[in-house]
Amino acid sequence: MTVSPSRLLERYGLLAVWAIVIAVFGILRPDTFMTSANFSTILGSQAVLVVLALGVTITLTTGDYDLSIAGVLSLSAMLIAVLNAQHGWPIWAAILAALAAGAVVGLINGMFVLVFGVDAFIVTLGTGTVLSGVVLWISDSQTISGVSNGLVDYVVGKTLLGVPIAFYYGLILCLVLWYVFEYTAVGRRLLFVGRGRKVSRLSGINVTRVRWGALVTTAVISAAAGVLYAGTTGGADSTSGASFLLPAFAAAFLGSTTLIPGRFNPWGTIVAVYFLVTGITGLTIIGLASWVQSLFYGGALVLAVALSNAPRRKQLRDTEVG
Amino acid sequence: MTLTGPVTAPDLLQLTDVSKSFGGARALDGASLTIRRGEVHGLLGQNGSGKSTLLKVLAGFHEPDEGRLVLRDREISLPLAPGSFRDLGLAFVHQDLALVPSLSVTENVIVSRLASRGAGRIHWSRERKRVQEMLDRYGLTGIDPAEQVSRLTPMQRALVAIARAVEELRLGGHEGSLLVLDEPTAFLPRTGIDRLFALVRAVVAEGGSVLFVTHDLDEVREVCDRVTVLRDGRLAGTGTVSEMSGDDLVELIIGHRVQRHEAVHHVEAGAPVVLRAAGMGGTRLEDVDLTVRAGEVLGVTGLIGSGFEEVAHVLFGSRRGRGEVEVEGRTADLAHLTPDRALGMGMGFVPADRPAEAAIGALSITDNVTMTTLNRHRGRFGLSRRKMEASARELGERFAVSPNEPSMDMSALSGGNQQKAILAKWLQIQPRVLLLDQPTQGVDVQAREQIFAAIREAAAGGTAVLCASADYEELAALCDRLLVLARGRVVGELSGAALTKDGIAQQVLTSTSAPVTEVEIAEAVQ
Repeated sequence: MTVSPSRLLERYGLLAVWAIVIAVFGILRPDTFMTSANFSTILGSQAVLVVLALGVTITLTTGDYDLSIAGVLSLSAMLIAVLNAQHGWPIWAAILAALAAGAVVGLINGMFVLVFGVDAFIVTLGTGTVLSGVVLWISDSQTISGVSNGLVDYVVGKTLLGVPIAFYYGLILCLVLWYVFEYTAVGRRLLFVGRGRKVSRLSGINVTRVRWGALVTTAVISAAAGVLYAGTTGGADSTSGASFLLPAFAAAFLGSTTLIPGRFNPWGTIVAVYFLVTGITGLTIIGLASWVQSLFYGGALVLAVALSNAPRRKQLRDTEVG
Repeated sequence: MTLTGPVTAPDLLQLTDVSKSFGGARALDGASLTIRRGEVHGLLGQNGSGKSTLLKVLAGFHEPDEGRLVLRDREISLPLAPGSFRDLGLAFVHQDLALVPSLSVTENVIVSRLASRGAGRIHWSRERKRVQEMLDRYGLTGIDPAEQVSRLTPMQRALVAIARAVEELRLGGHEGSLLVLDEPTAFLPRTGIDRLFALVRAVVAEGGSVLFVTHDLDEVREVCDRVTVLRDGRLAGTGTVSEMSGDDLVELIIGHRVQRHEAVHHVEAGAPVVLRAAGMGGTRLEDVDLTVRAGEVLGVTGLIGSGFEEVAHVLFGSRRGRGEVEVEGRTADLAHLTPDRALGMGMGFVPADRPAEAAIGALSITDNVTMTTLNRHRGRFGLSRRKMEASARELGERFAVSPNEPSMDMSALSGGNQQKAILAKWLQIQPRVLLLDQPTQGVDVQAREQIFAAIREAAAGGTAVLCASADYEELAALCDRLLVLARGRVVGELSGAALTKDGIAQQVLTSTSAPVTEVEIAEAVQ
């Protein structure tokens, strides 16, 4: 089958716009924007957001919203800071504890959504808020620093081809998710459940298990984003995650308008993250204040959802019956 | 045959020579209906006879092509404006009752008055008192005006909906009003139905008339004074119920037609039993036993509300049931069965509600048909898209899906072709038991034949097939044996030469009441 030009534009439009944005800022500020140091910063500084946004695509694919991702990120980063810096746990044990905490939050979310039948949006709005309280409690409302240099080294210290190693963690996660979504039965089931819960159930798919599994996986990946956060900053503050919530959803939705339009997809998500960050960095370099960040992320979320309106509306209609 | 009773009362309403076409299809072809003052008038006819179209003309929902309406000796020009029936002293209660379950009885009763009233305080105590008075007036004891409708029994809900309509008519102040009850009893239990009939008679006692639409001949006999039967959009006959036998009514409903065999039915008596259900229950099903042999197609039918529509869902675990199911020796408790376990036992299920339950329109044909076979398409690098498409194309070929383009969205296919693809999705895994719910609903004639052929081929291969349907033609064409349900129980069985479209209609119409059990008698006495 041949692909029509409009289809091509839909698929690769965001990539093209990204290229245009780079070109425009390159022409405006050739000596600050068009430098390898700047690109290294852009790529390396966003690992936390990339991982968080990739994680959220999983629950979005099954048709659930997980708003607790930011709370899990904060909890995970804070657990590492408290356990490693204050209680002297070895860093690997602190990381395991943080990931386990993420899994527990996912299980709890799943219990309320699937056993008690509460809408995921509401459940995770609640658990996310509870988690931010827990973070304040375990940290005594303090910023805690002094996380092991070992972790910091393995997140931002080392570089590969001039780019901080954290960038490659996001890339690896993206590859894994792409493989799972496209080449495994599990990935197909996630999609089926998101598009037609009732049909999936009547086709012998254990919808409860799939949705629960997605909630746990998203939470664990959010905890991993928290690990990267602790590694990036060498510590944690009680509101670490809050500023990532909206950008993660903006990137996931914007990503769903590109490469495989109409579907949350990992490569699209990565492209969306870096497109947004390129824009923000460029605007900051030409002298706009940091408030452009909020305009950019908020605007991108609304525009992305509007752009993907047609397929999304279809999807919502299909899942409503479940 | 024409049946006319003695003229005893003046006419309240005369609808004459009403015709209505939809596209090329003639739903009403000069139908007539006359309702006298102070009578309960039954309206009968099979599905597609034009009953609902006639009601919708009366409600102002459809514009008739021709027809006259005379109400209280006054000619009213058709079409009626939507909603104008209220000003004419007509009220409708449909099967869904139009109650809001999360609101109280009082709120539901006064909702239409609130909608039309301007701003101002609602005097709740006064409203509750008025609703209580209304309930008392119609003898509806045991219903609390403050109770949430969702907590009422189905019968109480029906009573509230009817009482509300009667009250609206009374407050309308028309001498001689008409209450239209559109199959109010289909989903109601038999116990307590006397109260509903008492309410109907109360309307007549106050000088009103009732048009009672039903499929249930026992109810006609019990509550109706006269009856009108529609067939193929025309008036088949009208008359006084007490002067007509049950056979007269059935003959009017079905009409005289040459009996012919639509299909050759074999019953393989020696074949092993593959599917067995014992003591099966559900929302309406009560203690149903059934068996299906290898290679057999068993039909299940009945009137709407008889429980036949639940059978396939309960057996597949998609709706909570009771009792036990056995597939080739493996048993499961129907209270805990889930679709994935049913699939594991060797069952497949094609639900009736295609867009909501059977197909994901926004995904490709490949995605839809490979839902049941994901583990078969492994390549060297995980799931192979190429293998999945190839398998979908091959299935499309075998089941004559047109166009056979697996990457197309499922929703781009016609209903018939979607249904073929859905059948392919299940038949490729060669289920031991295939459960079908109205398999050719909304399907064109050619696809229908292809679907019948595919089902018969599966049966010939040893699959036990169960088909729940209200389409008698479909059942006659497909089934070796047929169970007829009424009030949740099996009340009749047809096979061989008796299994014709008319034979099924006759059996369904004449066996509307199941034998009453002792439990039901005990409940009724209370």
